[in-house]
Amino acid sequence: MATRPLGVDAAGALPARARRAGIRTGLARFCRKKPLGAVGGAIMLLIVLAAIFADQLQTHDPIATEAAHTLAPPGETHWLGTDHLGRDIYSRIVHGARVSLIVGLASTLLGSVLGGMIGLLSGYVGGKTDLVTQRVMDILQGLPILVLALVMSASLGPSIQNVILAISIPIVPRAGRVIRSSVLSIREMQYVEAARAIGIRHLRIAFRHILPNTMGPFIVLGTAQLGGAILVEAALSFLGVGVPEPYPSWGRMLSVSAAEYAQKAPWLVLFPGVAISLAVFGSNLLGDALRDTLDPRLRGA
Amino acid sequence: MKTYIAERLGIGLVTLLGMSVVIFVLLRLAPGNIVDILFSTGGYVNPSERLAIERELGLDKPLWAQYLDWLRQMAVGNLGKSYRYDLPAWEIIKPLIPVTLELAVLSLVIAVLLGVPMGVISAVRQDTRLDYALRVFSLAGLSMPSFWLGMVIILGLVAWFGWIPPVTYVRPGENLGLHLVQFLLPALAVGYRSSALIMRFTRSSLLEVLREDYVRTAWAKGQTGRVVIWHHALKNAILPVVTVIGIEFAFLIGGLVVTEQVFNLPGLARFLVQAILWRDYPIVQNLVMITAVVVILSNLIVDMLYGVLDPRVRYGN
Repeated sequence: MATRPLGVDAAGALPARARRAGIRTGLARFCRKKPLGAVGGAIMLLIVLAAIFADQLQTHDPIATEAAHTLAPPGETHWLGTDHLGRDIYSRIVHGARVSLIVGLASTLLGSVLGGMIGLLSGYVGGKTDLVTQRVMDILQGLPILVLALVMSASLGPSIQNVILAISIPIVPRAGRVIRSSVLSIREMQYVEAARAIGIRHLRIAFRHILPNTMGPFIVLGTAQLGGAILVEAALSFLGVGVPEPYPSWGRMLSVSAAEYAQKAPWLVLFPGVAISLAVFGSNLLGDALRDTLDPRLRGA
Repeated sequence: MKTYIAERLGIGLVTLLGMSVVIFVLLRLAPGNIVDILFSTGGYVNPSERLAIERELGLDKPLWAQYLDWLRQMAVGNLGKSYRYDLPAWEIIKPLIPVTLELAVLSLVIAVLLGVPMGVISAVRQDTRLDYALRVFSLAGLSMPSFWLGMVIILGLVAWFGWIPPVTYVRPGENLGLHLVQFLLPALAVGYRSSALIMRFTRSSLLEVLREDYVRTAWAKGQTGRVVIWHHALKNAILPVVTVIGIEFAFLIGGLVVTEQVFNLPGLARFLVQAILWRDYPIVQNLVMITAVVVILSNLIVDMLYGVLDPRVRYGN
């Protein structure tokens, strides 16, 4: 980002092979400079792989109940034990990665893209439009994420799409703010003035000339929100308004029914929580390292 | 200064009005109302009986009329009547406030006591092993769901000390010691998370300040590290931290929603969840509006504090 001259398009500046090599050395440098970030990346990769290959990694059917093996402790047949309905916890956690990742990624993407668009346009247009947009953002941001998501997902009804929507809406104003503030400073740059002087249309300037330069903050924002989104999904499912049965979701595995058996079978509570924490920890580590790398203002801080 | 506060309160009022529309519309998107839920246990529904209840609750009016009714009631401080309990909403909410407030304050105290010193140590020992350890510790706090942490704390207490925390709420008058223990555990679970945020802001803000000229001057004068860091540097570095503390206070309620559930504490947040599941509109609407008021006021207070802590900050214009 930083080495590219302003105004030059991101794509097409280098031949594909050179670019790939550049990415590889960039990755190596990232691992050396930001070991914690690399650890976070590795954790995320592991979870992504678990989500993709959940069907191959499972040892049992994640939703099949086994009346004979309820609350079995961790052992050879059930690696992480079984729950109160005799379902294999390991297989449920592997499949839960799918739900958590899909919900987390989709809601973060939806919220940040929507918020980013709003931030880009309101920052570029300015004036009254900007003022009104900012007030609307204030309204949406005036509530804790979980409260807004809770009200939304309870009223929309339980389904994966609704949970994604409920989590993404609170992200919109936060994304909008970040993108808007960087658009405000980019808008005043000389190359934008030059673009306007040669008569390029406003929409093209906004999307083609300004948008690429907000990618740094955008990526930072996205990774920062991902962990939060996974946590909100867990909390919603825990409260019973999140991802519906029969999908195995980490938050649901911790819900009230599991809490009742917690004393007798602590593995019921322990392992899904570890999975959530690990996923969020990984994305937080990665997000921190990316912020340090991509956001020059915070470099070294 | 006065015009500044008046202006801010005006903006806050507009925000609240907008929020009331959002909440009202959101809640009406929900399929089914309280009457459906009340009758779903009964089986057969007599249509005329149903209509009578809906009329009594004002649910037969058009939506805009319902909204205006609500606004009118809020304007005179009437929070309406709970559908479910057939009691004035305020009577139900009132005893819940001290529980949530106590939990929030306790969590925040723990968060500040833990977060600020950790942030300072981490900044002063930047890039040492201690710094890395503290950063990982705080990041772990941000990564663990606080309700899960609460469950694990309870499990640990049972496993190692054989001690089971009280299942029902203990009033401070009944048994102060037990009451404090009952609140300390959830406050620890929630406060740990907030402390992580505070620690990160303290660290990055202090790192910036430590590079400034006046800090170098203080070192050059031969002042001890303690004075330079805690007296000269932290004074300026704490400003952004105050903002975070203010925001965290308002947003603690989000973390408390699940924590009160786990620890079975009769607070606002737990009640909000129950009211949402029951579609008890007056309660939900009013609880959410109360949350919004708290958020707006604490933001205002933080901005005022800025002026007290930093004489360079001027309001107006």
